[in-house]
Amino acid sequence: MTTTTETADPWSSAAPPADRSMASDPWGNAPSADAQASGSSWLTASSEQAPITNTWLDPFQVEWFDLRGIVNTGVKHLVENFRGFFDVAKQPVDWMLEIFTLALTSAHPFVVIALFALVCWQVSGWRLALGGIVSLVFLGAMSVWDESMITLALVLTSVFFCLLIGIPTGILMSRSEGFARALRPILDAMQTTPAFVYLVPIVMLFGIGRVPGVIVTIIFAMPPLIRLTHLGIKQVPADLIEASRAFGASRRQILYRVQLPLAVPTIMAGVNQTLMLSLSMVVIASMIAVPGLGLMVLRGIGRLDVGLATVGGLGIVMLAILLDRMTQSLGRDARERGTRHWYESGPIGWIYRQFKTQSKN
Amino acid sequence: MSIKLEVKHLYKVFGDEPAKAIEMAKQGMGKDEIFTKTGMALGVKDVSLQIHTGEIFVIMGLSGSGKSTLVRLLNRLIEPSAGQVLLDGDDIAAMSDEALRNVRLKKISMVFQSFALMPHLSVLENTAFGLELAGISVSERHEKALQALQQVGLEAHQHAYPDELSGGMQQRVGLARALAIDPEVLLMDEAFSALDPLIRTGMQDELVQLQAKYQRTIVFISHDLDEAMRIGDRIAIMQGGEVVQVGTPDDILHNPANDYVRSFFQGVNVSQVFTAKDICRRKQSTIIRKTLEGGVVAAIAQLQEADRDFGYVVDKEGRFEGIVSLASLWSAEKSGKSLMAACLLDLPTVNADASLSEIISVIAQAPCAVPVVDDHQQYLGLITRAQLLQALDREEGTNP
Ligand SMILES: Nc1ncnc2c1ncn2[C@@H]1O[C@H](COP(=O)(O)OP(=O)(O)OP(=O)(O)O)[C@@H](O)[C@H]1O
Ligand SMILES: [Mg+2]
Repeated sequence: MTTTTETADPWSSAAPPADRSMASDPWGNAPSADAQASGSSWLTASSEQAPITNTWLDPFQVEWFDLRGIVNTGVKHLVENFRGFFDVAKQPVDWMLEIFTLALTSAHPFVVIALFALVCWQVSGWRLALGGIVSLVFLGAMSVWDESMITLALVLTSVFFCLLIGIPTGILMSRSEGFARALRPILDAMQTTPAFVYLVPIVMLFGIGRVPGVIVTIIFAMPPLIRLTHLGIKQVPADLIEASRAFGASRRQILYRVQLPLAVPTIMAGVNQTLMLSLSMVVIASMIAVPGLGLMVLRGIGRLDVGLATVGGLGIVMLAILLDRMTQSLGRDARERGTRHWYESGPIGWIYRQFKTQSKN
Repeated sequence: MSIKLEVKHLYKVFGDEPAKAIEMAKQGMGKDEIFTKTGMALGVKDVSLQIHTGEIFVIMGLSGSGKSTLVRLLNRLIEPSAGQVLLDGDDIAAMSDEALRNVRLKKISMVFQSFALMPHLSVLENTAFGLELAGISVSERHEKALQALQQVGLEAHQHAYPDELSGGMQQRVGLARALAIDPEVLLMDEAFSALDPLIRTGMQDELVQLQAKYQRTIVFISHDLDEAMRIGDRIAIMQGGEVVQVGTPDDILHNPANDYVRSFFQGVNVSQVFTAKDICRRKQSTIIRKTLEGGVVAAIAQLQEADRDFGYVVDKEGRFEGIVSLASLWSAEKSGKSLMAACLLDLPTVNADASLSEIISVIAQAPCAVPVVDDHQQYLGLITRAQLLQALDREEGTNP
C-alpha cells in the first residue's frame, strides 16, 4: 500500500508536482518517476510491483500507519497556513544577526582586536588578552577575517538568544516541579537528536540561509544552559534557603540575592557549553547555506581541497579556544583571581584606581 | 513576668493526613505506633509552653525528639498541623504571609547549627542580611551590622568572607546576623554544638552577657545538659515529640518527672552544675546579730550554748560581716573591744554563684565552715566539708 504524497518542499524550484516519491531534496535534482520506477535508487525505496501485504511470517513489510504521510501533510499545512508566524519569529533573530554582523565586519579589524583584548583583560588577565590578540591576528593573516567575523556574529546571535530564553526557562524549571517534569523529556529529545537531524524540520519551516542557520543553532545549543541554570539553582544548600526564609526573605529575594548569585559558576559553565555547541552547529549549519568558516570547510571537503578545509577548521578551533577561555574565566569570581571585587581588576580596575586617587587628592 | 511567646496545643505531623494522626495521638497512641500504622511521623505532639520575656529557655531532648521541629514552628519555617503559637498575643500560625515576613524581619531571628552564612557575601554583608531584606539603606544597615559585629567581637573581620573564618568565628557572625535586626526573640538551634568545648563556653558566657544587657527572649536548643544548666533560666525536656517536663534547672534536677528525664542527669558533672548557693545551709545557732557596741559577752554565751567554736557575724540587714572564734571573743572581752574587732582576718568566703568545682579547694583548706555570700554581701548560709562531699557524691547515685 503505497501512498501518493506530494512534495513538501516550498523552496525547491525543480520539484515536479504529484511526484510519487518523497523528493524532499534541497539540491533540486529530484529523480523522475521513470528513474524511480526502475528501482535503481535506494533512497526512494517504495516499489511499484504487485501490492505487498503484511503476513504473519513477515509482519513489518508495509508500514502499519503512515507517519511519513502524516508528517508531510502536517508540515505542509504548517507552512501554508503559518508562514506569517514563522516569518515573524525569524525577525528578531534577523535583526540581532544584522547588528552583530554589521558591527564586526564593518569595523576596522584592529578596533575589533583591541576590543577583544580589553574584554579578555577584564574577564581574565593580560595573558588571555595577549592570546586573544595573537589568535585574531593569525585569523586575519590567513585572510579569513571576514569569514571569522561572520561566524562570530552567528555564534554571538545564537548565544544571545540562548541566554534570553534559556536562563529564564531554567529559573522557571527550578520554581515549578510540574514545569520541570514536562520540559525534561523535551530537553532530552533536543540533546539526543543528532545535530544533522535538526536541519530537516528547520529547513521545512524556515527555509535555508543565515537566519534558519542561527535558529537551528539556538535550538541545538540551548538545552545545556537550561539544564545547568536549573541545576545551579537547585544545588544551593537548603540551609541557606532556610536561613533566608527565617530572616524574612520573599521568594523573589531568595532568587535574586541567594540562589542566582550562588548559581553563577554553574550558569557560566552552561554558557560555556552553549557557546561551544553553537560553534560546532554553525559549521554543520553551513549545509543550509550559512556562510562563514563552516562553509569554507564544507567547500574544502566537497572539492577535496584539504588546504581550504584546514584553513576553515583552524579558524574555527582558534575562535573556539578563545571563546572557551573567556567564558571559563567568567565563571570564577573575583576572589579566586586575588581581588575583592571584579571592578578592581583589568582595565576597569585601572580606571577605578585613577578615580580613587583623584578623589583622594 | 510577662509572657512573650506562648505555645498552645501545638502539633506537627509529617505526612498526608495530619488530622488522622492527631486523632490517634489524642487517643493516646505514641509516636512509634502512629508511624508503624500510618507511616506518618509525629514531629511535635500537643506541646503547650509559656516563655517569659527576657528569659533563656532551653529545650533539651534526645535526637529525633522534635526539638528542631518545635523551634521551627515558632517562626513558622515549618507549618503547624494544629495549635497556636502566640507572639505577644498574635497567632503566628494563622498569620498572612506578609505579616509573617514582617515578624521575621523585625521580631524573631534565628541562629543555625550549620551557621548557614552566605558564601558570596562578606562578614559585614552577611551580618546586614536581615536588614537588607527589610529594605534598609546601605549606610544605615552597615552601621547597625557593625554594631552587632562589635557585640560579638568581630568588627576587625568585617571585610573577610565566611570561608576565611574559623568555625567559632563563623558562628559568631551567625549570632551577629541574628542580633543585627535587634530581635525581641532569638531562636538558636544547637547553635554551639559545632564548636569545640573551649570556644563553646566562651560563646555561652557571651550569650548570657548579651542577654542580661538587652533583655532578649532566647529559645535555645541543646543536646548538652551542662550547657543547658549553665545558661538556662528554665529548661523543657522533650521526648517523642512531647514536652515531658518544664522547670528551672534545680527543679528538674531535684524532681525529675520520669526515668527519661532522670536518665539525662546520669553522668552529669554535678560539680559543674551545682553552685555554692545550692548546697549551703543556714544554721540558726551560729548567727550572731550585731548590736551597735559590745555584744561580745552575748556572743560568747550563744556559742557556748550551741557548743560551737566559730560564729558568723551578720548585720541587721543580713549582710555578712565576719567570722569570730571563741578564742578571739575572749581576748576581745579582756581588752574591752567590740564584736567587730573580734572578727578573724583572712578567713575565706565563697560567692553564691561559684560552681562546686571552683570552691572545693577553698572549703577543704578552711579551718571552719565557709560562709556563702551573694554579690551584695548578703549571707546565705554555710558549707561544711561534709556537705560538700555529700553533694559531690550525688554524681554516683541515681536518686537526687
Ligand atoms: N521533613 C520531615 N519529614 C518527615 N519527618 C520529619 C521531617 N523533619 C523531621 N521529621 C521527623 O520528626 C522527628 C523530630 O525531628 P527533629 O529534627 O525535630 O529532631 P531533633 O530533636 O531536632 O533531633 P536532633 O537532635 O537530631 O537534631 C523525627 O522523628 C523525624 O523523623
Ligand atoms: Mg535538630
